[in-house]
Amino acid sequence: MEARERLLDKYSARVFKNRKDHVITKAEDATEIAANSRTIPGIMTNRGCCYAGCKGVVLGPLKDVAVITHGPIGCAFYSWGTRRHKAKGDENTKNFLEYCFSTDMQESDIVFGGEKKLRQAIQEVVEIFDPASIMICSTCPVGLIGDDINAVAAEAEKLYNRKVIAFSCEGYKGVSQSGGHHIANNGLIRHVIGTGDRPVKKYAINILGEYNIGGDGWEISRVLKRIGYDIVSVMTGDGSYAELKNAHLAELNVVQCHRSINYIAEMLKTKYGTDWIKVNFIGVSSMIKSLRDMAKYFGDEELIAKTEEVIAEELEAVSEELEYYKSRLKGKTAALFVGGSRSHHYQKLLKDLGVETVLAGYEFAHRDDYEGREVIPFIKEDADSKNIESIKVSPDEAKYKIRLSETKYNELKDSLSLEYYEGMIKEMENGAIIVDDLNHFETEEFLNLLKPDVFYSGIKDKYVAQKGGILSRQLHSYDYSGPYASFKGAVNFARDTVMGIYTPAWKYVTAPWKTEPTLEGTLTGGEQSA
Amino acid sequence: MYAALGVHKCMPHSHGSQGCCSFHRMYLTRHFKEPAIASSSSFTEGASVFGGGSNLKTSAKNIFDIYKPDIIAVHTTCLSETIGDDIGSIIQDIDIPEGKYMVHTNTPSYVGSHVTGFTNMVSGFIKYLSVKSAVKNGKLAVFPGFVNPGDMREMKRILNYLKVPFTMLPDTSGVCDAPMTGSYEMYPKGGTKIEDIKKLGECELSLALGEMTSEESANELKRKCGVPYKALPLPIGIEATDEFVMQLSRFSSTEVPYDLEEERGQLVDIMLDAHPYYHNKSVAIYGDPDTVLGIAAFALELGMVPKYLVTGTPGIIFEQKAKELFSKYGVENYIAKAAGDLFELHQWIKNDPVDLLIGGTHGKYIARAENIPLVRAGFPIIDRYVHSYLPIVGYKGAIRLVELILNAIMDKQDAECNEEDMEMVM
Repeated sequence: MEARERLLDKYSARVFKNRKDHVITKAEDATEIAANSRTIPGIMTNRGCCYAGCKGVVLGPLKDVAVITHGPIGCAFYSWGTRRHKAKGDENTKNFLEYCFSTDMQESDIVFGGEKKLRQAIQEVVEIFDPASIMICSTCPVGLIGDDINAVAAEAEKLYNRKVIAFSCEGYKGVSQSGGHHIANNGLIRHVIGTGDRPVKKYAINILGEYNIGGDGWEISRVLKRIGYDIVSVMTGDGSYAELKNAHLAELNVVQCHRSINYIAEMLKTKYGTDWIKVNFIGVSSMIKSLRDMAKYFGDEELIAKTEEVIAEELEAVSEELEYYKSRLKGKTAALFVGGSRSHHYQKLLKDLGVETVLAGYEFAHRDDYEGREVIPFIKEDADSKNIESIKVSPDEAKYKIRLSETKYNELKDSLSLEYYEGMIKEMENGAIIVDDLNHFETEEFLNLLKPDVFYSGIKDKYVAQKGGILSRQLHSYDYSGPYASFKGAVNFARDTVMGIYTPAWKYVTAPWKTEPTLEGTLTGGEQSA
Repeated sequence: MYAALGVHKCMPHSHGSQGCCSFHRMYLTRHFKEPAIASSSSFTEGASVFGGGSNLKTSAKNIFDIYKPDIIAVHTTCLSETIGDDIGSIIQDIDIPEGKYMVHTNTPSYVGSHVTGFTNMVSGFIKYLSVKSAVKNGKLAVFPGFVNPGDMREMKRILNYLKVPFTMLPDTSGVCDAPMTGSYEMYPKGGTKIEDIKKLGECELSLALGEMTSEESANELKRKCGVPYKALPLPIGIEATDEFVMQLSRFSSTEVPYDLEEERGQLVDIMLDAHPYYHNKSVAIYGDPDTVLGIAAFALELGMVPKYLVTGTPGIIFEQKAKELFSKYGVENYIAKAAGDLFELHQWIKNDPVDLLIGGTHGKYIARAENIPLVRAGFPIIDRYVHSYLPIVGYKGAIRLVELILNAIMDKQDAECNEEDMEMVM
């Protein structure tokens, strides 16, 4: 029996009915998967909540913003410095990332309302920290008791003469973090983007859906700047309110994490006319392809030549080391379970290193991340997805700009896959297993059945895998290493994986006396045995 | 959740939206570097409007079905508390399989801190499971407080030295410090057995270690089963450990064995030998209330000056206890604040600095900004390894603390002194 069937067989009828469409074995005729639907209560999921997606992922990295968590202390505490979106301040940009701002609501605030405390928190944050902007994220009880955070924000905006934005990202909204990404991004496009006017240079771009985990964004920017790109803004790794205001001025948007931001790319296209392409900066071959695609979009000979020159130099600098790591990794197998893009991005890097992916899954992706954007018209809305506000934008008459002629646009649309993402499944081998919202039980079972050499996942199941004898590396936090993106990052990633597979500790898991007896038996009344 | 992990074959269950469960598991895993299992009721907007009863029922069915624990320990969240889910009556409606159990406690984040939740969960086990009994079993019930498995192991070692028969609740040793064996066990060997929790009512006496964390649970056992209790501070440092040891000796009518006396003597020997390096050094201590007070007491025993004590757990007892402690040693210039935070501590330090910080990971930004060495002790420590395996309680734990404090102070001296002042021998 195949791994998938053996696993599903163990479920009760009701769970089986739910899970069977979320677990598929890739075949020519089997590429459809169920995604972005509720996790069954009681199933140990790795998913987080709407607040985690809004505050933790999208708004958290904005360094010059004081993000106030409005609610009891837990939510603020748990999202304090626990995601590795690095940021650096400078003389013009403050950096508040080491702080945790909360209204610390108590029982009486739940009963009598927390608006007063929120006003006080805003006042304190202005007086002590003087941030460029203030963003308020609400937690479950705030939504339930009905604090009007929008009114408080509007009032504070006038009072303190700076942008104050409220986000209703209560944890119970939606089915995963994904809803929170959406709410955060909606707020940014509505209130921030389009309000700046910095002069932009040639080849101006935004990087969307890059969160600078472990310094990924810095490594990517290093290469892009060498080529000559003007990076107007990054959403949102090492990002800032100050930069984000100008995002509408870029010529091209490059989308790294499709899941968390594809709708923003679309809205920017509608509102400001900015074209977008899907890129993948993870792994040398993907990085090279992305750089070439970007150069091709601008179509400028000088840029194309410079791109090739930088690629050659970067490649030269890392190829020897990568060859060595490849020799240590060739023929290994991997399983990947990460958020909403990495499980796809890292497969290419692993392939570069000779590692085959036998299982891949996303925590909170939607069907288009698995199957490609062509399925979007066919995705059925349900009660949960309807609860996440979907905003409609229209062209901004003053700021809308057509970037390409119609002929050029049509030509690039096909050759460059403008505004398209093919999803993860197409590139996977037949027979590989794809799981949406992989849970604890499935993790344990699949690791036993497939026995991959390494399981790339997150903190909650890392030690489950390792206790079972399988190396696990965190792909959310990179196990506090990194960067893993671009050329140099690929070397770091390969080095860390090799280190994990070959660390001597694995040899000592079984104590020697388990295999080699130390006690010599004697027979009572008999002669001593030799 | 941590308390529930200390019960054998128990699945902690978070009744709320997924984020709470995910956040707690993430934090415990980062502190212990061990799997921290727990399930969630996975609330969505619908459940928040119509109540989480059906989510909890579905959860129970699936958990018993798939993860096969002996017991599910439900803790609540801001979400379920604000909408007013009555967990007790929901559980009564659940068809719990034969021989299995479900218990619950209330733990919204807007009341107290993680310490409050820990206490409530321990009390929850007693409320549901412990049975009043006229027949006594000669055992001591021990509530270890919110400490590491390494500390619980050390407490148990001392209990065994003094031949005390006991039940410890919870006991995360063997769960949150389980060994690498090559095969993953969802329910490792450790944890308090359900049968033993039931029989807590047969204990002669219970010992609440850490008045602010454990006394309420001991009181619950007294209310429900009539077991008298004694509340002691966490056995951190020499006097608190002496008190713990003597209490045990009285309970079991066993003389304190030489091995333990030897450990105590070693500790005092070390304290004397090394005192020039820490005497009169000022220290700021932050973390959970019982741990902070325990470390503060030991710092005073060492001749250090604990200048600032801060804990995020509200409560007046902390400030009262601190006052008693300081007046015993005649220390006057100190600040002890229960409902404070690290930002405030940082401001105090900026105005009047200290020589040393003792607490969890989150103080590292202050340590770096003010160039003050940091000794990591307590919870949470998410940026170092091994800490949860080794004790800070008992004489051995005190010896470890002295080593940590000395290394921090002396490494700084080595790193920063003038070249001509480098000492080969210290």
